[in-house]
Amino acid sequence: MEEDRKCNCENIENINMMNLIDNMNMVSMNNNINSCGCNKNEMTRAEMLKKIKCLKFAVVELALYLDTHPDDTKALCLHNKYSKELKEICDKYQKVYGPLTIEYPCNKWRWLEEPWPWEGGNK
Amino acid sequence: MWTYNKVLQYPVNIKCTDPRLAKVIISQYGGPDGELAASLRYLSQRFGMPDQIAKAILNDIGTEELAHLEMVGSIVHQLTKNATIEELEKAGLAPYYTDHGVDVYPVSAGGVPFTAAYIAAKGDPIANLQEDLAAEQKARATYEKLIDLCRDNPDVLDPLKFLRQREIVHFQRFGEALRGIQDRLATKKMYMNDINNVTTL
Repeated sequence: MEEDRKCNCENIENINMMNLIDNMNMVSMNNNINSCGCNKNEMTRAEMLKKIKCLKFAVVELALYLDTHPDDTKALCLHNKYSKELKEICDKYQKVYGPLTIEYPCNKWRWLEEPWPWEGGNK
Repeated sequence: MWTYNKVLQYPVNIKCTDPRLAKVIISQYGGPDGELAASLRYLSQRFGMPDQIAKAILNDIGTEELAHLEMVGSIVHQLTKNATIEELEKAGLAPYYTDHGVDVYPVSAGGVPFTAAYIAAKGDPIANLQEDLAAEQKARATYEKLIDLCRDNPDVLDPLKFLRQREIVHFQRFGEALRGIQDRLATKKMYMNDINNVTTL
């Protein structure tokens, strides 16, 4: 069975990756944003973290797929989309809640302030 | 190099202490088919791979396995951090407690400390990738046994199911990388007959 793997940016929301993320019991924030009409600035901290995890997962999953299917433009296009969204939301999150990596510049050393992921503080 | 990300790949939020489950789940931390063995296996094998696809997939899956190691460590930590001495004894963890307290130390469910003998780097890309395929299946089978043992604890089941699913995806990607190498080896080679300069096309 030959599937069309050409990029089709307009229909990008319809393809499987979002279903995959929903299957992880992580709500797709995109859908919520579109349906309730609120914007990203109004997301709570927990919602932002959930979204970051969803996007990180999508980016990793697509990267592994692209490693063995480098010519798949549909997957490449999705990887670009989610990578950009991930960067935007990580920048926003870190500005308010402190660094997610030690590469984020701070005026004061905020790396120590938040609980570590294994302590359940960062759900 | 690597940069630490201050998030778990998938959430681990366990409300109840249960050292009995920690005692078996720790096998995916430091056991024969655990995440530490997986990560070291792939990150060591990547240096000798003949093509870009195999190098990339070993590098990227080896990296994801480190995130899984952190998740399994988090599960074990959250299941034991508030355990009483009685609970630890009842779970059969008195010997573990003697040597490690409630630190997370890489051992198998049977208490055998982690050893590099669990992994292989054979100096042969076909042998290595076949080993990786088997490793993913063994890890999947281990997670299924853990899912049976943890059936009554939804907080533990949820991340275990996620981890099991990842083994299946990794198996798929390793299969594709192996097929690429085998296809390349199977292509016909043509040699130009030039006495002074034998060229491979």
